[in-house]
Amino acid sequence: MIGGHDLGGKHGLGPINPEPESEEPLFHAEWERRIFALTLATGMLGQWNIDESRHARERQHPVDYLKQSYYENWLVGLEKLLDEKHLLERANQQQNQQENLRIPDAVGAEKILASGGPTLMPDMAPARFGIGAKVTVPKRQGSGHTRVPAYVQGASGEIVDHYGTHVFPDANARGDRRGEHLYSVRFDGESLWGSESQGQSVFIDLWEPYLEATAI
Amino acid sequence: MPHDHDHTEPPSDLELRVKALESLLLQKGQVNPDALYGISETYEHKVGPKNGAHVVAKAWSDPDFKQALLTDATSAVADLGYMGRQGEHLTVVENMPSVHNLVVCTLCSCYPWTLLGLPPVWYKSAPYRARAVSEPRSVLAEFGTELPESTGIQVWDSTSEMRYLVLPMQPAGTEDWGEARLQALVSRNSMVGVELAKPASTLAQRDAES
Repeated sequence: MIGGHDLGGKHGLGPINPEPESEEPLFHAEWERRIFALTLATGMLGQWNIDESRHARERQHPVDYLKQSYYENWLVGLEKLLDEKHLLERANQQQNQQENLRIPDAVGAEKILASGGPTLMPDMAPARFGIGAKVTVPKRQGSGHTRVPAYVQGASGEIVDHYGTHVFPDANARGDRRGEHLYSVRFDGESLWGSESQGQSVFIDLWEPYLEATAI
Repeated sequence: MPHDHDHTEPPSDLELRVKALESLLLQKGQVNPDALYGISETYEHKVGPKNGAHVVAKAWSDPDFKQALLTDATSAVADLGYMGRQGEHLTVVENMPSVHNLVVCTLCSCYPWTLLGLPPVWYKSAPYRARAVSEPRSVLAEFGTELPESTGIQVWDSTSEMRYLVLPMQPAGTEDWGEARLQALVSRNSMVGVELAKPASTLAQRDAES
Protein backbone atom coordinates (compact mmCIF):
# COMPACT_ATOMS: atom_id res chain seq x y z
CA MET A 1 0.00 0.00 0.00
CA ILE A 2 1.13 3.56 -0.71
CA GLY A 3 -0.02 5.00 2.59
CA GLY A 4 0.86 8.04 4.65
CA HIS A 5 3.93 6.20 5.90
CA ASP A 6 5.51 5.98 2.44
CA LEU A 7 7.37 9.27 2.65
CA GLY A 8 10.43 9.11 0.39
CA GLY A 9 10.60 12.20 -1.85
CA LYS A 10 7.50 13.96 -0.46
CA HIS A 11 7.60 17.75 -0.46
CA GLY A 12 6.24 20.36 1.91
CA LEU A 13 7.03 18.67 5.21
CA GLY A 14 9.30 21.49 6.35
CA PRO A 15 12.60 21.50 8.21
CA ILE A 16 13.83 18.61 10.36
CA ASN A 17 14.76 20.75 13.37
CA PRO A 18 16.92 18.11 15.07
CA GLU A 19 17.45 18.39 18.81
CA PRO A 20 21.14 18.59 19.74
CA GLU A 21 22.44 15.05 20.26
CA SER A 22 23.77 15.72 23.75
CA GLU A 23 20.47 17.13 25.01
CA GLU A 24 17.90 14.77 23.56
CA PRO A 25 16.13 12.49 26.05
CA LEU A 26 15.34 8.90 24.98
CA PHE A 27 11.65 9.43 25.71
CA HIS A 28 9.92 12.80 25.76
CA ALA A 29 7.06 11.75 28.05
CA GLU A 30 6.35 8.93 30.47
CA TRP A 31 3.60 7.55 28.22
CA GLU A 32 6.15 7.14 25.39
CA ARG A 33 8.30 4.92 27.63
CA ARG A 34 5.19 2.90 28.51
CA ILE A 35 3.88 2.36 24.99
CA PHE A 36 7.39 1.43 23.86
CA ALA A 37 7.71 -1.26 26.55
CA LEU A 38 4.13 -2.46 26.03
CA THR A 39 4.62 -2.81 22.29
CA LEU A 40 7.78 -4.86 22.73
CA ALA A 41 6.36 -6.97 25.57
CA THR A 42 3.14 -7.83 23.72
CA GLY A 43 5.17 -8.53 20.57
CA MET A 44 6.97 -11.23 22.56
CA LEU A 45 3.68 -13.11 23.02
CA GLY A 46 4.09 -14.34 19.46
CA GLN A 47 0.56 -13.44 18.40
CA TRP A 48 1.78 -11.25 15.54
CA ASN A 49 5.04 -10.59 13.69
CA ILE A 50 6.96 -7.40 12.92
CA ASP A 51 5.37 -6.98 9.48
CA GLU A 52 1.84 -7.31 10.86
CA SER A 53 2.81 -4.76 13.45
CA ARG A 54 4.16 -2.33 10.81
CA HIS A 55 1.04 -2.88 8.70
CA ALA A 56 -1.18 -2.07 11.68
CA ARG A 57 0.49 1.35 11.97
CA GLU A 58 0.32 1.94 8.22
CA ARG A 59 -3.40 1.16 7.90
CA GLN A 60 -4.49 4.62 8.94
CA HIS A 61 -5.80 7.67 7.13
CA PRO A 62 -2.64 9.41 5.85
CA VAL A 63 -3.69 12.65 7.55
CA ASP A 64 -3.88 10.87 10.92
CA TYR A 65 -0.58 9.08 10.37
CA LEU A 66 1.20 12.36 9.64
CA LYS A 67 -0.53 14.41 12.32
CA GLN A 68 0.20 11.96 15.11
CA SER A 69 3.53 11.70 16.82
CA TYR A 70 5.72 8.64 16.32
CA TYR A 71 4.73 6.84 19.51
CA GLU A 72 1.09 7.80 19.00
CA ASN A 73 1.24 5.74 15.82
CA TRP A 74 2.69 2.90 17.88
CA LEU A 75 -0.26 3.19 20.26
CA VAL A 76 -2.78 3.14 17.41
CA GLY A 77 -1.02 0.10 15.95
CA LEU A 78 -1.04 -1.79 19.24
CA GLU A 79 -4.70 -0.98 19.97
CA LYS A 80 -5.57 -2.30 16.52
CA LEU A 81 -3.57 -5.54 16.91
CA LEU A 82 -4.99 -6.27 20.36
CA ASP A 83 -8.47 -5.81 18.97
CA GLU A 84 -7.94 -7.80 15.77
CA LYS A 85 -6.16 -10.68 17.54
CA HIS A 86 -8.80 -10.76 20.31
CA LEU A 87 -6.05 -10.90 22.89
CA LEU A 88 -7.91 -8.96 25.54
CA GLU A 89 -10.93 -11.21 25.25
CA ARG A 90 -9.12 -13.92 27.19
CA ALA A 91 -10.59 -13.75 30.62
CA ASN A 92 -7.63 -14.36 32.88
CA GLN A 93 -4.27 -15.92 33.56
CA GLN A 94 -5.71 -19.44 33.55
CA GLN A 95 -7.01 -18.97 30.04
CA ASN A 96 -3.63 -17.52 28.98
CA GLN A 97 -2.02 -20.73 30.20
CA GLN A 98 -4.58 -22.98 28.58
CA GLU A 99 -3.95 -21.28 25.26
CA ASN A 100 -0.19 -21.57 25.67
CA LEU A 101 0.44 -17.85 25.83
CA ARG A 102 4.03 -17.60 27.03
CA ILE A 103 4.47 -14.39 28.98
CA PRO A 104 8.16 -13.59 29.50
CA ASP A 105 9.40 -12.25 32.83
CA ALA A 106 12.26 -9.73 33.00
CA VAL A 107 14.94 -12.35 32.35
CA GLY A 108 12.95 -13.92 29.52
CA ALA A 109 12.35 -10.50 27.92
CA GLU A 110 16.04 -9.68 28.10
CA LYS A 111 16.89 -12.95 26.41
CA ILE A 112 14.41 -12.30 23.61
CA LEU A 113 15.86 -8.81 23.03
CA ALA A 114 19.40 -10.21 23.01
CA SER A 115 18.62 -12.93 20.49
CA GLY A 116 16.43 -10.78 18.21
CA GLY A 117 14.52 -12.21 15.29
CA PRO A 118 16.82 -13.08 12.40
CA THR A 119 15.05 -13.19 9.02
CA LEU A 120 17.63 -15.18 7.06
CA MET A 121 16.13 -18.44 5.73
CA PRO A 122 17.42 -21.40 3.74
CA ASP A 123 17.45 -20.89 -0.04
CA MET A 124 14.49 -22.64 -1.66
CA ALA A 125 15.42 -21.65 -5.21
CA PRO A 126 18.47 -20.26 -6.97
CA ALA A 127 18.77 -16.46 -7.08
CA ARG A 128 17.36 -15.04 -10.28
CA PHE A 129 19.71 -12.04 -10.44
CA GLY A 130 23.48 -11.82 -10.15
CA ILE A 131 25.59 -8.87 -8.99
CA GLY A 132 25.63 -6.24 -11.73
CA ALA A 133 22.28 -7.28 -13.21
CA LYS A 134 20.04 -4.43 -14.38
CA VAL A 135 16.58 -4.58 -12.84
CA THR A 136 13.33 -2.61 -13.00
CA VAL A 137 10.74 -2.22 -10.25
CA PRO A 138 7.30 -2.64 -11.83
CA LYS A 139 4.56 -0.32 -10.60
CA ARG A 140 2.09 -2.00 -8.31
CA GLN A 141 -1.25 -1.55 -6.63
CA GLY A 142 -2.64 -3.44 -3.67
CA SER A 143 -3.61 -2.48 -0.17
CA GLY A 144 -1.43 -5.06 1.56
CA HIS A 145 1.82 -4.46 3.38
CA THR A 146 4.89 -4.07 1.19
CA ARG A 147 8.42 -2.77 1.56
CA VAL A 148 8.84 -1.37 -1.91
CA PRO A 149 8.65 2.42 -1.62
CA ALA A 150 6.47 4.34 -4.10
CA TYR A 151 9.36 6.56 -5.20
CA VAL A 152 11.24 3.63 -6.74
CA GLN A 153 8.30 2.04 -8.57
CA GLY A 154 8.90 2.23 -12.29
CA ALA A 155 12.60 2.97 -11.83
CA SER A 156 15.57 0.89 -12.95
CA GLY A 157 18.73 0.14 -11.04
CA GLU A 158 21.56 -2.30 -10.61
CA ILE A 159 21.99 -5.22 -8.21
CA VAL A 160 25.02 -4.48 -6.02
CA ASP A 161 24.64 -7.14 -3.33
CA HIS A 162 22.72 -10.33 -2.61
CA TYR A 163 21.82 -10.84 1.05
CA GLY A 164 20.46 -14.39 0.68
CA THR A 165 16.90 -15.53 1.29
CA HIS A 166 14.98 -13.46 3.85
CA VAL A 167 11.44 -13.54 5.21
CA PHE A 168 9.24 -11.84 2.59
CA PRO A 169 7.32 -9.02 4.31
CA ASP A 170 4.33 -8.92 1.94
CA ALA A 171 3.48 -12.55 2.81
CA ASN A 172 4.66 -12.34 6.42
CA ALA A 173 2.19 -9.50 7.09
CA ARG A 174 -0.55 -12.02 6.23
CA GLY A 175 0.95 -14.55 8.63
CA ASP A 176 2.67 -16.53 5.88
CA ARG A 177 6.35 -16.79 6.81
CA ARG A 178 8.27 -17.63 3.67
CA GLY A 179 11.51 -16.47 2.16
CA GLU A 180 12.52 -14.72 -1.05
CA HIS A 181 15.93 -13.58 -2.28
CA LEU A 182 16.87 -10.15 -1.01
CA TYR A 183 19.11 -7.76 -2.93
CA SER A 184 20.70 -4.38 -2.42
CA VAL A 185 19.81 -2.37 -5.52
CA ARG A 186 21.49 0.90 -6.49
CA PHE A 187 19.49 3.64 -8.24
CA ASP A 188 21.02 6.77 -9.77
CA GLY A 189 19.80 9.91 -8.02
CA GLU A 190 19.35 11.49 -11.42
CA SER A 191 17.01 8.77 -12.65
CA LEU A 192 14.87 9.03 -9.50
CA TRP A 193 14.84 12.78 -8.92
CA GLY A 194 16.19 14.53 -12.00
CA SER A 195 19.36 16.31 -12.98
CA GLU A 196 19.77 18.16 -9.68
CA SER A 197 20.63 14.84 -8.06
CA GLN A 198 23.72 14.13 -10.11
CA GLY A 199 26.42 12.40 -8.07
CA GLN A 200 23.88 10.93 -5.69
CA SER A 201 22.59 7.40 -5.49
CA VAL A 202 20.04 5.57 -3.39
CA PHE A 203 20.53 1.96 -2.25
CA ILE A 204 17.32 0.09 -1.49
CA ASP A 205 16.86 -3.46 -0.22
CA LEU A 206 14.37 -5.21 -2.50
CA TRP A 207 13.06 -8.76 -2.58
CA GLU A 208 13.04 -10.73 -5.82
CA PRO A 209 9.24 -10.55 -6.41
CA TYR A 210 9.57 -6.73 -6.53
CA LEU A 211 11.98 -6.93 -9.48
CA GLU A 212 12.04 -7.69 -13.18
CA ALA A 213 15.03 -7.95 -15.47
CA THR A 214 15.39 -4.65 -17.34
CA ALA A 215 14.50 -5.09 -21.01
CA ILE A 216 17.47 -4.13 -23.16
CA MET B 1 -1.74 28.80 25.85
CA PRO B 2 0.92 29.87 28.35
CA HIS B 3 -0.11 29.67 31.99
CA ASP B 4 1.12 32.03 34.62
CA HIS B 5 -0.31 30.18 37.59
CA ASP B 6 0.70 26.95 39.27
CA HIS B 7 -1.48 23.91 38.83
CA THR B 8 -1.25 20.29 37.87
CA GLU B 9 -2.13 19.67 34.25
CA PRO B 10 -4.75 16.98 33.80
CA PRO B 11 -3.31 13.86 32.13
CA SER B 12 -3.41 14.02 28.36
CA ASP B 13 -5.67 11.79 26.31
CA LEU B 14 -2.61 9.82 25.24
CA GLU B 15 -1.45 9.25 28.79
CA LEU B 16 -4.89 7.94 29.68
CA ARG B 17 -5.10 5.64 26.67
CA VAL B 18 -1.67 4.15 27.37
CA LYS B 19 -2.44 3.76 31.07
CA ALA B 20 -5.74 2.04 30.31
CA LEU B 21 -4.05 -0.37 27.93
CA GLU B 22 -1.29 -1.12 30.40
CA SER B 23 -3.72 -1.72 33.28
CA LEU B 24 -5.81 -4.04 31.16
CA LEU B 25 -2.84 -6.10 29.98
CA LEU B 26 -1.45 -6.33 33.52
CA GLN B 27 -4.83 -7.29 34.92
CA LYS B 28 -5.22 -10.07 32.36
CA GLY B 29 -1.70 -11.23 33.15
CA GLN B 30 -0.60 -10.77 29.55
CA VAL B 31 2.42 -8.65 30.33
CA ASN B 32 4.78 -8.97 33.26
CA PRO B 33 5.51 -5.66 35.07
CA ASP B 34 9.17 -6.61 35.60
CA ALA B 35 9.53 -7.33 31.89
CA LEU B 36 8.10 -3.87 31.06
CA TYR B 37 10.59 -2.26 33.41
CA GLY B 38 13.45 -4.37 32.03
CA ILE B 39 12.65 -3.50 28.42
CA SER B 40 12.77 0.28 28.87
CA GLU B 41 15.75 -0.08 31.23
CA THR B 42 17.70 -1.95 28.53
CA TYR B 43 17.45 0.92 26.06
CA GLU B 44 17.80 3.68 28.61
CA HIS B 45 20.92 2.34 30.28
CA LYS B 46 22.50 -0.59 28.47
CA VAL B 47 22.14 -0.42 24.70
CA GLY B 48 23.12 2.89 23.07
CA PRO B 49 25.48 4.76 20.73
CA LYS B 50 28.51 3.97 22.88
CA ASN B 51 28.35 0.47 21.35
CA GLY B 52 28.62 1.92 17.85
CA ALA B 53 31.40 4.31 18.92
CA HIS B 54 33.34 1.30 20.24
CA VAL B 55 32.95 -0.46 16.89
CA VAL B 56 34.03 2.61 14.89
CA ALA B 57 37.04 3.41 17.10
CA LYS B 58 38.16 -0.21 16.89
CA ALA B 59 37.86 -0.13 13.10
CA TRP B 60 39.98 3.03 12.99
CA SER B 61 42.73 1.55 15.13
CA ASP B 62 42.67 -2.10 14.03
CA PRO B 63 42.92 -2.72 10.25
CA ASP B 64 42.08 -6.43 10.57
CA PHE B 65 38.91 -5.66 12.47
CA LYS B 66 37.99 -2.99 9.92
CA GLN B 67 38.38 -5.50 7.13
CA ALA B 68 36.22 -8.02 8.99
CA LEU B 69 33.63 -5.34 9.72
CA LEU B 70 33.30 -4.28 6.08
CA THR B 71 33.14 -7.90 4.94
CA ASP B 72 30.64 -9.27 7.46
CA ALA B 73 29.53 -6.68 10.00
CA THR B 74 27.00 -8.98 11.68
CA SER B 75 29.63 -11.46 12.86
CA ALA B 76 32.37 -8.86 13.43
CA VAL B 77 30.23 -6.95 15.95
CA ALA B 78 28.79 -10.17 17.42
CA ASP B 79 32.39 -11.00 18.40
CA LEU B 80 32.32 -7.81 20.49
CA GLY B 81 29.05 -8.92 22.09
CA TYR B 82 26.71 -6.69 20.10
CA MET B 83 23.74 -8.64 18.81
CA GLY B 84 20.00 -8.75 19.26
CA ARG B 85 16.81 -7.06 18.27
CA GLN B 86 17.09 -4.61 15.35
CA GLY B 87 20.68 -5.64 14.76
CA GLU B 88 20.13 -9.18 13.49
CA HIS B 89 21.66 -8.38 10.09
CA LEU B 90 24.18 -5.58 9.69
CA THR B 91 26.08 -3.85 6.92
CA VAL B 92 28.72 -1.19 7.58
CA VAL B 93 29.29 1.41 4.85
CA GLU B 94 32.54 3.35 4.78
CA ASN B 95 32.90 7.08 4.21
CA MET B 96 35.78 8.17 2.02
CA PRO B 97 36.87 11.50 0.53
CA SER B 98 35.06 10.53 -2.69
CA VAL B 99 31.86 9.17 -1.13
CA HIS B 100 29.67 9.96 1.87
CA ASN B 101 26.98 7.60 3.20
CA LEU B 102 23.67 8.49 4.83
CA VAL B 103 21.11 6.12 6.38
CA VAL B 104 17.33 6.53 6.46
CA CYS B 105 14.17 4.44 6.66
CA THR B 106 11.57 6.11 4.45
CA LEU B 107 8.82 3.60 5.33
CA CYS B 108 9.13 3.53 9.13
CA SER B 109 12.08 3.92 11.47
CA CYS B 110 14.46 0.98 10.96
CA TYR B 111 17.70 1.71 12.79
CA PRO B 112 20.59 -0.41 14.16
CA TRP B 113 19.40 -0.62 17.79
CA THR B 114 22.20 -2.94 18.92
CA LEU B 115 24.82 -0.33 18.00
CA LEU B 116 22.98 2.99 18.33
CA GLY B 117 20.07 2.33 20.70
CA LEU B 118 16.67 3.79 19.87
CA PRO B 119 16.47 6.34 17.05
CA PRO B 120 16.22 10.06 17.85
CA VAL B 121 13.03 11.99 17.05
CA TRP B 122 14.52 13.61 13.94
CA TYR B 123 15.37 10.22 12.40
CA LYS B 124 11.72 9.15 12.76
CA SER B 125 10.35 12.50 11.59
CA ALA B 126 8.41 12.88 8.34
CA PRO B 127 10.73 15.57 6.88
CA TYR B 128 13.87 13.47 7.41
CA ARG B 129 12.26 10.36 5.96
CA ALA B 130 10.95 12.35 2.98
CA ARG B 131 14.04 14.38 2.17
CA ALA B 132 17.04 12.16 2.96
CA VAL B 133 16.58 10.17 -0.27
CA SER B 134 15.74 13.07 -2.60
CA GLU B 135 17.75 16.01 -1.26
CA PRO B 136 20.51 14.63 0.98
CA ARG B 137 22.69 17.72 0.66
CA SER B 138 20.05 20.03 2.07
CA VAL B 139 19.44 17.53 4.88
CA LEU B 140 23.15 17.48 5.70
CA ALA B 141 23.21 21.29 5.64
CA GLU B 142 20.54 21.33 8.35
CA PHE B 143 22.95 19.39 10.54
CA GLY B 144 25.73 21.85 9.67
CA THR B 145 27.49 19.33 7.44
CA GLU B 146 28.95 20.71 4.21
CA LEU B 147 30.67 18.34 1.80
CA PRO B 148 32.81 19.20 -1.23
CA GLU B 149 30.84 19.23 -4.50
CA SER B 150 33.08 16.41 -5.74
CA THR B 151 31.98 14.04 -2.94
CA GLY B 152 29.32 11.60 -4.09
CA ILE B 153 26.46 10.81 -1.73
CA GLN B 154 25.07 7.32 -1.19
CA VAL B 155 21.77 7.08 0.68
CA TRP B 156 20.76 3.74 2.22
CA ASP B 157 17.00 3.29 2.56
CA SER B 158 16.50 0.56 5.19
CA THR B 159 13.57 -1.28 3.63
CA SER B 160 14.52 -4.79 4.84
CA GLU B 161 15.78 -6.21 8.15
CA MET B 162 19.33 -5.32 7.09
CA ARG B 163 20.54 -2.48 9.31
CA TYR B 164 23.15 0.03 8.19
CA LEU B 165 25.89 1.78 10.14
CA VAL B 166 28.16 4.45 8.67
CA LEU B 167 31.87 4.17 9.34
CA PRO B 168 32.89 7.85 9.44
CA MET B 169 36.32 8.97 8.24
CA GLN B 170 38.91 9.07 10.97
CA PRO B 171 39.68 12.70 11.88
CA ALA B 172 43.08 14.01 10.81
CA GLY B 173 45.80 14.00 13.45
CA THR B 174 44.44 11.04 15.42
CA GLU B 175 46.47 8.32 13.70
CA ASP B 176 48.40 7.40 16.87
CA TRP B 177 45.45 7.71 19.26
CA GLY B 178 44.24 4.74 21.29
CA GLU B 179 40.78 3.25 20.93
CA ALA B 180 39.38 4.76 24.13
CA ARG B 181 40.37 8.29 23.14
CA LEU B 182 39.06 7.84 19.60
CA GLN B 183 35.62 6.80 20.88
CA ALA B 184 35.05 10.29 22.23
CA LEU B 185 35.12 11.63 18.65
CA VAL B 186 32.40 9.31 17.36
CA SER B 187 28.99 10.93 17.66
CA ARG B 188 25.77 9.02 17.12
CA ASN B 189 24.92 11.39 14.27
CA SER B 190 28.19 10.58 12.48
CA MET B 191 27.23 6.89 12.46
CA VAL B 192 23.90 7.70 10.77
CA GLY B 193 25.81 9.90 8.35
CA VAL B 194 24.26 13.31 9.02
CA GLU B 195 27.50 14.56 10.56
CA LEU B 196 31.23 13.86 10.38
CA ALA B 197 33.27 12.55 13.30
CA LYS B 198 34.39 15.33 15.64
CA PRO B 199 37.80 16.86 14.89
CA ALA B 200 40.81 15.98 17.06
CA SER B 201 40.76 19.51 18.46
CA THR B 202 37.52 18.71 20.35
CA LEU B 203 39.52 16.58 22.76
CA ALA B 204 42.64 18.74 22.79
CA GLN B 205 40.40 21.59 23.89
CA ARG B 206 38.76 19.47 26.56
CA ASP B 207 42.16 18.36 27.85
CA ALA B 208 43.33 21.97 28.03
CA GLU B 209 40.26 22.94 30.03
CA SER B 210 40.60 20.13 32.57
